[in-house]
Amino acid sequence: MTASGGVTAIEARDVVLSFGETPALRGASLAVDEGEIVAIMGPSGSGKSTLLHCLAGILIPSAGEVHFEGGRVDRLGEIERSVLRRDRFGFVFQFGQLVPELTAQENVALPLLLGGVRRGAAMSAALPWFERLGLAGLERRRSGELSGGQAQRVALARGLVARPSVLFADEPTGALDSITGEQVMNLLVDSAQEQRTTVVLVTHEARVAAYADRQVIVRDGKVNALVHS
Amino acid sequence: MSVPLTLLGLLEREPSHGYDLKRDYDTFFNRGKPLPFGQVYATLGRLARDGKIMIGDVEPGVGPDRKRYVITELGVTEVDAWLTEPVEPEPNLQTVLFSKVVLALMLGRPAEEYLDTQRAAHLRRMKELTAVKRGGNLVDVLLADHGLFHLEADLHWIDTTVVRLDALRTVVTA
Repeated sequence: MTASGGVTAIEARDVVLSFGETPALRGASLAVDEGEIVAIMGPSGSGKSTLLHCLAGILIPSAGEVHFEGGRVDRLGEIERSVLRRDRFGFVFQFGQLVPELTAQENVALPLLLGGVRRGAAMSAALPWFERLGLAGLERRRSGELSGGQAQRVALARGLVARPSVLFADEPTGALDSITGEQVMNLLVDSAQEQRTTVVLVTHEARVAAYADRQVIVRDGKVNALVHS
Repeated sequence: MSVPLTLLGLLEREPSHGYDLKRDYDTFFNRGKPLPFGQVYATLGRLARDGKIMIGDVEPGVGPDRKRYVITELGVTEVDAWLTEPVEPEPNLQTVLFSKVVLALMLGRPAEEYLDTQRAAHLRRMKELTAVKRGGNLVDVLLADHGLFHLEADLHWIDTTVVRLDALRTVVTA
């Protein structure tokens, strides 16, 4: 279900997944165009985060298909999915989830280091993000020495530093106040648009979803398109 | 937006010509919808008639804009009372939507679809206001925020109502 008719970047087709006896997704379908920012909304427990996890290859659906660049994510083995997530996807979560032992700059460089980039090159690539996201001077701080908004911007830089094809953002402003959340969303949208990164954004906040090109709602484990582009 | 009281407030700041009042009103209070000159002068005329402003120095020349308007003590009192009093909360903002929902349930129509359509319309407006914010100055941001928070409140009501539709159907069709 792409709204614009563009080239599909990632797609879930009739995805079904249950946690024990509890169904989370009951035939959820969603296609996201390359460079598109889509917000997945829905009440608590509707399955919106589960859908994101299926698209990102974190969870494997019991039925249905997940397509990325012509391949089936749901058919990949665990190691292949790990590689896919590391090399092609970026992630931003609600609470940043920075590695506390590492400096902010090392945290941003982490996806590159894990991908085999040498430390010097990875740290150099991480550095411009601090200026870009208004974090200059905080490079050597550890996560405990950062405010919530600063930590989330570091997490955003970490999610985008490897220029992923798709950025998955799960409630990226959920732990922030309105104005800090707004700053993070402005940076997220600006950076994603600049890099032509596709964004799958899960949020329960309409004000956050309003930054997206398109909004869909997950209800009872299925995706409902909203009638606008 | 109360045009007379806002113009009165602008005059408390400093005596002004009608043109200056219109410019400041359009800049700060009525973006995208300029106040007609006719309305400015008609309003100033009523304020003068009611003793809330008076006409100060009249500069040589022609046209109504030669007059400089000055607020009176009565006008200052009026502005003070207006600013001090809280705005009346409007608990009935959703009357139309509420009526539609109840009526739809009574008639066996798809109330949830109607609410979904409303949600989409609200989100569309929120997207427009977010674009205004991202491209605007601080005044635009504050105005857009006001709209966004109100629309968001409506959406909370819509979401809660969707969850309660079955119960509400039982009540209104009993």
